[in-house]
Amino acid sequence: MNVRAEIAGEPRGMAFRGVFLRELRGYLITPVAWLFSVIFLLFAGAFTFYLGAFFERGQADLDPFFQFHPWLYLVLVPALAMRLWAEERRSGTLELLMTLPIRPWEAVVAKFLAAWLYIGCALILTFPMWLTVNYLGQPDNGVILASYIGSFLMAGAFLAISECLSVLTRSQVIAFIAALAVCFLFLLAGDPLVQRPLLTLGSARIADGLADLSLLAHFQAIARGVLDLGDVAYFVLTIVSWLVANVLILDARRGG
Amino acid sequence: MIETEHLGKRYGRIDAVADLNLKVSPGQVLALLGPNGAGKTTTMRMIAGFLMPGSGRARVCGHDVVAEPIKARRALGYLPEGAPSYGELSVSEFLAFALRVRGLSGIPGRRRLDEMIERLQLQTVLSQTIETLSKGFRRRVCLAQALLHDPPALILDEPTDGLDPNQQREVHALIRGMARGRAIIVSTHTLGEVRAACNRVAILAGGRLRVEGTPAELERQSRYHHAVSFRAPASALARELLGRLPEVDTVEVDPVDGRITVFPRDGQEIFHAVVKLLDEQRVRVDELQLERGRLEDVFRQVTSGSGDMAAAA
Repeated sequence: MNVRAEIAGEPRGMAFRGVFLRELRGYLITPVAWLFSVIFLLFAGAFTFYLGAFFERGQADLDPFFQFHPWLYLVLVPALAMRLWAEERRSGTLELLMTLPIRPWEAVVAKFLAAWLYIGCALILTFPMWLTVNYLGQPDNGVILASYIGSFLMAGAFLAISECLSVLTRSQVIAFIAALAVCFLFLLAGDPLVQRPLLTLGSARIADGLADLSLLAHFQAIARGVLDLGDVAYFVLTIVSWLVANVLILDARRGG
Repeated sequence: MIETEHLGKRYGRIDAVADLNLKVSPGQVLALLGPNGAGKTTTMRMIAGFLMPGSGRARVCGHDVVAEPIKARRALGYLPEGAPSYGELSVSEFLAFALRVRGLSGIPGRRRLDEMIERLQLQTVLSQTIETLSKGFRRRVCLAQALLHDPPALILDEPTDGLDPNQQREVHALIRGMARGRAIIVSTHTLGEVRAACNRVAILAGGRLRVEGTPAELERQSRYHHAVSFRAPASALARELLGRLPEVDTVEVDPVDGRITVFPRDGQEIFHAVVKLLDEQRVRVDELQLERGRLEDVFRQVTSGSGDMAAAA
């Protein structure tokens, strides 16, 4: 009976911690997560030196490093996040998870934070880049710090989008492709590629509105070294909205 | 205590569950029977909080599953259909996860975990990855998860599916052992399980409750209740005479093993009359038996009215 007494006095947030730690543990033992960090580190390095002409530019900054992050995230974050809900739905563990004493928003946020932390660790592991550029010259470390923050925020936005889309399907492949498409749209919302079709359809207001939603524009603004409140708020709002949508979809599914 | 009041759920134009009233008190183990598609799993999912009730309400230990979902879930242990678990984790990692989510920590949690590991005999597989385990072990791992927090209410969706007869007996013993002070609902397709582990039965068909009662009460509704069966070669005359007894309804011969069953009219006691007649006719009988009634028979009776649902059984 003392076990039941224990339950009655259960501290809040235990369920949240349980899911968070389980997710994190999942990243340490699944190949997909390791593949994510290895490919991220390899490609981030390779792009910087080859495509970004890190040495040839003769400038002590990390622009060539950060400019490829959006494109790496575009492929890698949906790949990391595609299993978040799709796998739970396919294997039936969603029923287990949703009947544990945890609120849907706690499960959504716990999964998000665990994945975001994992991406953050991969990002921190790029620190040799920072050491190199500091060894070679005197870069503006404030700009580099801002860029890191911007990169992390952008990864969070991609992650929130991908997690939300993962709840719509049992198939990880569909979750991946849908997330890739939506992330691509948000990344390039201000680009002529997306803008021109909208303008020819004659909806300049929608086109303008969408341009403001461009992830790339906001990231580049931060990466220039200006941690503008508007840009940060943009990322935070994007993340929160997609997480809220995720909770709503998860809840709606219980009705059907 | 698990209660449902006019609980219902519609999918499109089909009532998966309709107007279901159940009440399971502590000490009761209710067997939920029914053909496939009768609404057993939907009912259990609504009580467990995985599905929103379409109409009516469900309560676990007084907590409404919609108004107080977290309290209701804390009071409930739930084994979902198919016993899902996180395949990439090891058994001990998975149970540690369940323990943490249930808010059990420290020595009481540890003690409880050890107890469950021992009762479900999981000692040998603790460090194994769940996806490498046999079906029987996987089911027991998920069962351990459901029992870990010593819940006052328990819902088990087909707990013995995929287990061998020895493991089934262990699970039955486990359920019987836990019945004291707990309200338990078990769904099953195995009618033998009802006798082995349950003290109440509810039969669903087409989403509706058809009969509810103790196993003995249900058996009483069977035409086999108070029937007398025996084996006797060369007893054609005796059969004829038995059929003429006023309290006897019909006499049937099993085409497979030749066993003769005498059915009473309106469940009357016919044993002594039958024995007397057989004795007078000097018929040598083997394996004379008074039937209690058969759950299979009641199951067929009450579910055959539900159209194509019954065909699936």
